[in-house]
Formats: sequence, C-alpha cells, structure tokens
Amino acid sequence: MWTRSLFSPKTDIDRSVYLTLSLISVSIVLALWCLLTYGGITPKDFLAAPHEVVAAGIKRIANMSLFEHMWASLVVILSGFFIASIFAVPIGILMGSFRAVQALIEPITGFMRYIPVSALIPLLILWVGIGVEQKIMVIFLGTFFQQLILISDVSARVSKDLIDCAYTLGADRRRVVTRVLVPACMPGVMDNLRVTMGWAWTYLVVAELVAADTGLGYMILNAMRGLFTDVILLGVLTIGILGLITDFFFKWARRRLVPWSADF
Amino acid sequence: MSMLSLRDITVRFEPKGKPAVLALDDVSLDVANDTFSVIVGPSGCGKSTLLRLVAGLETPTSGNLELDGQPIAGPSADRGMVFQSYTLFPWLTVRENVMFGPKIKGLAKSECEDIADDLIKAVHLEGFEKSYPKELSGGMRQRVALARALANDPRILLMDEPFGALDSQTRQMMQELLLDVWQSHRKTVLFITHDIDEAIFLGDEVHVMSARPGLIKQSLDITIPRPRHIDALTSPEFMDYKRSILSLMHAETIKAEDAANQRKSA
Repeated sequence: MWTRSLFSPKTDIDRSVYLTLSLISVSIVLALWCLLTYGGITPKDFLAAPHEVVAAGIKRIANMSLFEHMWASLVVILSGFFIASIFAVPIGILMGSFRAVQALIEPITGFMRYIPVSALIPLLILWVGIGVEQKIMVIFLGTFFQQLILISDVSARVSKDLIDCAYTLGADRRRVVTRVLVPACMPGVMDNLRVTMGWAWTYLVVAELVAADTGLGYMILNAMRGLFTDVILLGVLTIGILGLITDFFFKWARRRLVPWSADF
Repeated sequence: MSMLSLRDITVRFEPKGKPAVLALDDVSLDVANDTFSVIVGPSGCGKSTLLRLVAGLETPTSGNLELDGQPIAGPSADRGMVFQSYTLFPWLTVRENVMFGPKIKGLAKSECEDIADDLIKAVHLEGFEKSYPKELSGGMRQRVALARALANDPRILLMDEPFGALDSQTRQMMQELLLDVWQSHRKTVLFITHDIDEAIFLGDEVHVMSARPGLIKQSLDITIPRPRHIDALTSPEFMDYKRSILSLMHAETIKAEDAANQRKSA
C-alpha cells in the first residue's frame, strides 16, 4: 500500500494536479448550469442562462447602477465591521486574559451569540429607525459577539511563560499587557478578523431587508419580485467576488503587518 | 557569603476537588555569591516551583526568601530567568529581544544597543541581530534567551531546564557556551535540571532533591577544576559524583513510585 498517493490523508500533491482538480470542479458547476438552461430543462424565471447574467451585468455596469449598489453595500458592511472590530479587539483581548473582565462580559456574549440577528430587526427598527444606521447595526450585531468570543480565545491561548518571562525582565503589569499580551495576540486577531469579515458579508441581505433603496442585497430582493433570476445571480456573483477581494486584502495585510508570525 | 537564602520554605497546592500536594516541604538553601548552584531531581519534585519562588512568580505557603538580605516580593529585573519553553518575543528581532529589559529600565537607545551587541557576540550570534525568532533553531533561541536575561545585569540568573528541549549534541554545546559566558560575566546562577551529567558538569555545588514531599536530600560540592571541557564528562572524579547522585536519585524514584502506587490502591 502506498502512503504517498492522492488517496492517503495529509499528503501534498503537485500544483498542477491541484489546479486541474479545481478547474474540474468549477467546470462541472458551469456545465451543469449550461445544461439546465440551454438544454431547456428549466425556464428562465427559475434559472437564468449564463449569457443573460452577463448581459444584465453589462447593462448595470454601463449605467453605473451596479457600482451604486456595490458602494451602498460596502459602506454598510465596512462600517458595521469596523465599529464591531474596534470594540471587539480590545475587549476580547482583555476578556481572554483577565478573569474579572471575562466574568463581566461572558454571560452577555454567551447569550447574544445564539440570537439570530434577524430576530432583532424589529427592535432595531424601533430603536434606530430604518436608515443606514439600522443596516450597519445588523452587521455590527452579526459580527461583534462572534469576534469577541474568537478574540478572547486567542488572548487566552497566549503562553503564560511569555508573560512570566516579561515580569522577570522587569516589566510591570501595564507593560506586560501593552508590550507582550497585545502583540502576541495580533496574528490570531488578524486571522479572526478575516474569518468574521466573511461572516459580515453573509449578513448583507438581512441588513438590506428593510426599507433599502440601494445595495446588492436590495438588488437581489427587488429582482425576486419580478422573478429576474439573471439579476439575482448577478448580485450573488458580485457579493462572492467582493468577498474574495476583502479576503485577499486581509491575507495581504497579515503578511505585511505581522511578518514575524510563524504560521500563515 | 550567602546572597540568596531560603529558610523553611513550604509550598502546599490545594487544587479543588483533589487532595492537597506538598510541593516543597521545609526547604532551606543558601547560594553564595558568584557560585553556580544546580538543583537536580526527578520530575515533579518541586524544583521548578523552587525556582519560580526565587523569581517571585509564586509565593510560598510559609517560609522566608531573601536576596542580599532583602525579602523577595514579586518578580524583578535583578532576578533574570531563562525558561525551558521558548519564550523569545516572536514579534521582536534578536537584538530587540535582548534590548527588552534595558529599554524597560529606561536606558538610552544607544546604551541598550551596546549592551545587546556585546551579549549577542558573547553567545556567538553575530549576524543574526535582525532575525526573527521563527528563523532560529532551538539552541539559538535559548542563546538569545540567555543574552536577554543577562542584559539586565541581574544579581542572580535563574535557569529552569533551559536545555531540556534540545537534542543531546546541542545541549552539550550549550553547556560549554554557558560556562564560557559564566566565566566571563561572573554571575550567581541557580540552575534546575533532571539531567545528572548536566548538573555535575555545570555546578560548583549540586543539590539533590526528592519528590513528594519535595525536599533537598543532599548537597555536594563539585571540585572538578575549571575551565571544564567535554573530557571532564569521562573523568574518574566525574564518575564518582555521578555514582553517588545516581544511587540517591534511584532510591528516591523507587520511593516516589511506591508512594504513587499506594495512593492509587488506597
């Protein structure tokens, strides 16, 4: 029996084999799509054909409306994510390393984590209205509590020896936090921001559920009313591509900001 | 003259839901100025706890610890420590790691750099000043950790099995390097190990500890002349020391095993 074959676990494969397999999987999905639409198996109001999605895209790029939707969605996503992050990173780091902070915060986050954001939308409308603030709040609530848990975990895993070592080098408690705990958390914080950025995108349609007049989520919901499946698919593809771009940005930023980190 | 003095130190751990453990039972120990003292003992004998007490990272249940006549209360830069695990700060370069202590002390940048460069030379790491820890081997990391602990010019250097994670060839090389650095920087050292060869090779005096309760069984003066080199390891006097420590520790290990078995069957 070979332990270095394609079928044995944890074995590296050639880059060319990897790319071929990736291409095959994408091709299968595309081929299936073509078969269903051009083969006349499904009607247009069930699934639009590839060329119809491309046409819908070209039209909306030409009249700039796709960019308006993208911009509106980016403002919502990035604002919500940014506000969540500036609170979640410091609080999470403290929560993971100070039992007292953990005792204060954990009961609330442990509970909030399981509440579907959509369940809070009625309250959000009552409290902050139906403007862009409400949409930003949806993204905030969707990411903040998850970030808090993940980052507190990063902080809890920082080696105690590293902290003790700083004490024996003359650092006081404040410096142990600012010069050891915080930098030691940075790679893990970057990783989890990247993961939660992906989650933030998944809340987009929920965020634009109420009283939106622009945004990719709105575009998708609006297209549903007329069964414009080409526009729905265009929206889905655009969100996917924007998500990949933000993911790529986070990978790049991690390499730039924490080049010393052993694992990326 | 005794500079570090431990009097009647007892440490009792009381973990929740488990029987209390007497980690150290009435331990007294004196370490004289500029001597290299080694504590050797089986794992779980409380030798690391003893070192952490001196570092100020733990407090005894009862007993007194004094350095230069001053009671030890909390960690301080005058007691530098090298840990068994790799504790270099991964976000700092080799040079920045060594400068960590002096910078916290508030020394001028150029002064910190001079101290760092001298010590990096002493541990033979010239050319690696700008490397990050992830680029270094285990032995190199521990050399930086040694340099970093010395950068504060501590009154006493505490070493907690610093070479425990290294392969035996690297360990031998590190021991010789440590002795070189010690000869030239002349420090009081308290070194913990479970490796008998290492204890005899390095120490002016070796304290043999027993487990459960942890206490110092016997102390030996090692009179093998310095500077010591690798051939000291096979000299007859080395073998004599080794034989007596081995038999002491062997008896202790059997006793500890028996005690553990009795606890289990009880």
